[in-house]
Amino acid sequence: MSMSDPAHPEDATTTPPLDAVDGRTSDELLRVEDLTVSFPTDDGLVQAVRGVSYSVREREVLGIVGESGSGKSVSSMALMGLLPKSARVTGSVYFRGRDVLQLREKHQRALRGSRIAMIFQDPMTALNPVYSIGDQLAEAVLSHHTMPRKKALDRAAEMLDMVGIPQARERLRNYPHEFSGGMRQRVMIAMAVINNPDIIIADEPTTALDVTVQAQILETLIEVKDAVNAAIIMITHDLGVIAGIADRTLVMYAGKPVEVAETGPMFANPRMPYTAGLMGSIPSLEDSTNERLRPIKGTPPSLISLPIGCAFEPRCPLSTAECLETEPPLTETDKPDHVAACHHWQKLAAVDDPTAYFRTESEVGR
Amino acid sequence: MTQTSPAPVSAHDEHVGEHLLEVRDLVMHFPIRGSGFLRRVVGQVQAVSGVSLDLDAGETLGVVGESGCGKSTTGRAILQLHTPTAGSVRWEGKELTELPKQEMQAVRRDLQIVFQDPYASLNPKMPVNDIIAEPLKVHGRYKDGGPARVKELLQLVGLNPEHGNRYPHEFSGGQRQRIGIARALALQPKALILDEPVSALDVSVQAGIINLLEDLQDEFGLAYVFIAHDLSVVRHISDRVAVMYLGKVVETGERDEIYRRPSHPYTQALLSAAPSANPEIEAKRERIILEGDVPSPADPPSGCRFRTRCWKAEEICATEEPELVDRGQGHPVACHFAEELLEVINPDDVTP
Ligand SMILES: Nc1ncnc2c1ncn2[C@@H]1O[C@H](COP(=O)(O)OP(=O)(O)O)[C@@H](O)[C@H]1O
Ligand code: SF4
Ligand SMILES: [Mg+2]
Repeated sequence: MSMSDPAHPEDATTTPPLDAVDGRTSDELLRVEDLTVSFPTDDGLVQAVRGVSYSVREREVLGIVGESGSGKSVSSMALMGLLPKSARVTGSVYFRGRDVLQLREKHQRALRGSRIAMIFQDPMTALNPVYSIGDQLAEAVLSHHTMPRKKALDRAAEMLDMVGIPQARERLRNYPHEFSGGMRQRVMIAMAVINNPDIIIADEPTTALDVTVQAQILETLIEVKDAVNAAIIMITHDLGVIAGIADRTLVMYAGKPVEVAETGPMFANPRMPYTAGLMGSIPSLEDSTNERLRPIKGTPPSLISLPIGCAFEPRCPLSTAECLETEPPLTETDKPDHVAACHHWQKLAAVDDPTAYFRTESEVGR
Repeated sequence: MTQTSPAPVSAHDEHVGEHLLEVRDLVMHFPIRGSGFLRRVVGQVQAVSGVSLDLDAGETLGVVGESGCGKSTTGRAILQLHTPTAGSVRWEGKELTELPKQEMQAVRRDLQIVFQDPYASLNPKMPVNDIIAEPLKVHGRYKDGGPARVKELLQLVGLNPEHGNRYPHEFSGGQRQRIGIARALALQPKALILDEPVSALDVSVQAGIINLLEDLQDEFGLAYVFIAHDLSVVRHISDRVAVMYLGKVVETGERDEIYRRPSHPYTQALLSAAPSANPEIEAKRERIILEGDVPSPADPPSGCRFRTRCWKAEEICATEEPELVDRGQGHPVACHFAEELLEVINPDDVTP
């Protein structure tokens, strides 16, 4: 598989050299600092994202996992500047040391779609039904590079071929509706990498797909990522997808990261009760022990009226008075590079099976 | 339109007459109409093409497959919510496809269905008490102690009986699914058809519903047809499993037979593609990546319907439909070249 640069992609952003930002390690690509997003609504202020900080290294896959409404999508849309006008955004997003949120609109647009690309769950939100796939892919190139249209179409065909669409050249003339769901998602991947991005944000890219198609798409995504040397932020509610492809994982709960670690160690030794609860909730694919599942009681809090202390407190089997009063910050745990937001992570460290804290009592009431 | 080939019945023949529910050679075609003035029928969507299933009292049959494979249509056709194109559905020995409406009503007391989207299936304008009371009223069982029974049902599924006067939108997704289950239980059924009952829920909530279903089964001896696409959930809850592809059952057997010795190439691919929430296993995993998409059920491939995506396909697969029979695997498999594969997911799991 060969990748050719269209013109010189570095020219694409036409931005001045960057000031190095303190604390930036050499392979740090993106750093999000204290990002908050809120939406004023008739019912009150929805605090969708309440202080998200993380960094993404060159070429790594960072998984962001959490239940629906935890702020996964809103926080990544904020990076892309794709939020509705009503959204109030604070914090910083450093891309190669430069705060994207402070850039002028024009420079933001230059970054988006070239250095930072995005793939959505529903490709139809990003594909225009009235233009051919070839036109849309070529347009994606031409909006960031000056080159003959013919060359942009060549590039489009090359990308379709790379994502595994047979007869790529002929299919440039097809319209989105002429592709199956899986094929459309391949087109989206082609669109995302056509300008050789440094980072691809994929928001539930396979959630709407069947498992055999999901496997195809994830494989393609990883191949393509390696071909263009990009990093991926993989947003999903599916712990299986995370387990399969994420180098590191960030768990979101009620608008905040509650645990960040390398994926293997996090699954083996969760240090935040919510993470442990998620693990106890999924049945195993590989054994038939029939062990009872351990659900988390209740539901996530309203983002309009959050508890004062730990947002997980109402559902947490380990909660104490301290949890009611003060919100636990993300702090180092017993493992290196493994942070968790819990006053009592030691209690999880002290047992062999942290999921055992969760209830297994009968669900049948009397 | 007639069926193209004899349905594979050999796997089931010997048991006829012994089960709570027996589905034989069930066919469900939906007409495709043209857009012209006459709206002539221009084709048939072959949603279900000769499905046979058995369900015993107190057991769970998992029906698994990807979207559009005919799982839900099978569930609805069993309950005669669709009138089957052909085939037989026997409930306690009674042939449902020929049953007068009145008698079918009586069968519905014993055989209920719960849908995926509790919100779509609950009347948003009705308080929950009324939603649960409805089946009691329809079957003339409300007058005698109805309100008390409704309270009892709410409590049974883990909801606060005091909240019965609230409306569906005031409940979370998981609670709404509990309401759907309470309504299905109102008439003390013997079996439930559960159509993707947890697919729309977040995992932490899903686990509570699965536990509830297991508890209710223990308590009342319910039988379940559990329709789902999530292979982990199906493994967890099922006693036996039927794997469907494009309107047909391609493999069926005891749960462990299917998961430990999948023998149909489609089952093998499906299991190998399913993501496991275990990074160690994922790192070692060799996936079978299928080519292409599922063909259209309006124009299914000849012979074996899986052949267009199958890495084992040979000439015979295009000309001859493989029967669903045991070819030495210990359970029925519809593949000319069925072969046990012992290491699809986790080699450590296999006890020789
Ligand atoms: N435009 C908006 N106005 C008001 N609330 C919003 C808007 N967009 C998202 N939200 C709210 O923000 C919260 C986080 O949403 P989201 O990021 O989509 O979660 P996730 O992707 O984790 O499922 C949710 O409560 C959602 O309803
Ligand atoms: S801080 Fe307290 S309530 Fe929050 S997760 Fe930890 S133990 Fe539970
Ligand atoms: Mg989302």
